[in-house]
Amino acid sequence: MKTLDFLFQRLLKAILVVLGVVILNFMLIHMAPGDPASVLAGEAGAGDAKYIAQLRAQFGLDQPLYWQLWTYLQGVLTGDLGFSYRNQVPVMTLILERLPATLLLTGCAFVFSLVLGIALGVIAAYKRGSIADSLVMTSALVFYATPLFWIALMAVLVFSLHLDWLPPFDMESIGTGYTGWARAADIAHHLVLPTVTLGLFFTAVYTRLTRASMLEVMALDFVKTARAKGVPKAQVIRRHVLRNAILPVFTFASMQAGQLVGGAVLTETVFAWPGIGRLMFDALLQRDYPVLLGVFLVTAAVVVIVNLIADLMYRFVDPRIEAAN
Amino acid sequence: MTFFKRYAQNYGALIGLAILVIVAVVALTAPLLFPVSPWQSVGDPLLSPSENPAFPFGTDMLGRDIAAGLAYGARVSLLIGIVSTAVAVVIGVSIGALAGFYGGRIDDILMRFTEFFQTIPAFAMAIVLVAIFNPNIVSITLAIAVVSWPPVARLVRGEFLSLRSREFVQAAVVIGQSGPRIMFTQILPNAISPIIVTASLMVATAILTESSLSFLGLGDRNMMSWGFMIGAARTMLREAWWMSFFPGVAILLTVLAINLIGEGLNDAMNPHLRGRKG
Repeated sequence: MKTLDFLFQRLLKAILVVLGVVILNFMLIHMAPGDPASVLAGEAGAGDAKYIAQLRAQFGLDQPLYWQLWTYLQGVLTGDLGFSYRNQVPVMTLILERLPATLLLTGCAFVFSLVLGIALGVIAAYKRGSIADSLVMTSALVFYATPLFWIALMAVLVFSLHLDWLPPFDMESIGTGYTGWARAADIAHHLVLPTVTLGLFFTAVYTRLTRASMLEVMALDFVKTARAKGVPKAQVIRRHVLRNAILPVFTFASMQAGQLVGGAVLTETVFAWPGIGRLMFDALLQRDYPVLLGVFLVTAAVVVIVNLIADLMYRFVDPRIEAAN
Repeated sequence: MTFFKRYAQNYGALIGLAILVIVAVVALTAPLLFPVSPWQSVGDPLLSPSENPAFPFGTDMLGRDIAAGLAYGARVSLLIGIVSTAVAVVIGVSIGALAGFYGGRIDDILMRFTEFFQTIPAFAMAIVLVAIFNPNIVSITLAIAVVSWPPVARLVRGEFLSLRSREFVQAAVVIGQSGPRIMFTQILPNAISPIIVTASLMVATAILTESSLSFLGLGDRNMMSWGFMIGAARTMLREAWWMSFFPGVAILLTVLAINLIGEGLNDAMNPHLRGRKG
């Protein structure tokens, strides 16, 4: 029952956050200088006032702002995010087309960085003061300070242009007609560089966090007791230290969903990855507001859902939390 | 031990300080070192770093000196990094202090507000803000500030919450000092060291964000910046690696230096925490 109450509260909060994001962005976007109707009309080569007015009426831009917001929110409730100014396609269709690519990329980068980061952090803490420790921590420090888009370019330079091991852009080879496993292998091949470049920054963060958390737990009394009883060091680390030290890492990682989306905008731009990060950036440059708003709505929803799942899992992993409430 | 002696015990922090001083000196003296604007072509196009000793970092496709670009880029990075952090700290301290000092309903509202801002994907939000208000140095600085204040607010709230009940604050209340006066003259000075440490690390993040924005073409068109140089070099990656390599190294070194300084400050200001973080 407690968990249900908690779930209900968190769900309500999550919905409010998404609603807030939509309203805030709606306001911001409509405050922007540069009228999308005149941009479109100008591109069509017909900048006369009558055509612009017609476009404005067509997209509902001649209505008062609060009315536009109200209409938009009504649409959102029925899964209608409006039409793209640019492509005359429902925004929902555009986003659903692009979302899997982004989820694949960010999901892989998340798993990659979490697994590698925790492994390296554990090694560094276990061998504290050794050469391995300083090597791991120095690289973590460097990758923590490296701009993501630059690593991406350098990786393309070395692994695609010089060594020719990995494809420099796109999600799959064009015109091969691969299906099934061959297609999956082709996508995986294209996925390596974007995943690693997006994941390296987060790997550095998790490495540092894991090591610090491990050292903190290793200094606690129950660890000394276990060692004094004669339990081998490796076993103490595995059974006693890691289980306690990993919780703050998981908490922190679950809050990084929004950050990953930001990184995806850069990664997708460099690697021409057909995801919603690029969709958002293109929409912004073209002043395609419905698309921009839709992407924001969907990313906010995804981020909020990820946080919610993390919260629930956290209670599952650490029963003390529920007991404390 | 004096503050500087404690700081100097951390070699990384000393190296960081040295790098940052060099970057700052180059930034300040850029017009003296390179009297010709970094936008002006000064040599043959696409000279590699080893070809002409006059251009140790090479030239770009229009014959512009990469070294000059690096020097002028340092100005933008440091300026935006520092000013946007200062703005974010002012916002964060104000909100955190009010929430922590007054508690109750005010605390609730302000913290919900802060949480809301923390949920929005920061970089995506910064992109939208900059694009909407047209990319220039003011909009970039403000956009970075707007997405980076929440951690400061949370930190300051925590400090104020715990200091509020201490005896010296109670004493100030008893002798009739006003709320704002207590906040500024009694509590804030005692909460200043974690704020400084956090702020120094925020400068590093702000520089990374600024370079990412200008890489995407959302930089100030009138000022040379490192991110812009890398963005412009993208199409020349195969022909001229140095065009994107050196600006990236400049960002990396500057951000690394500031992070090292932040850690050194943390050690020096909170000696009792030393070793806890390993």
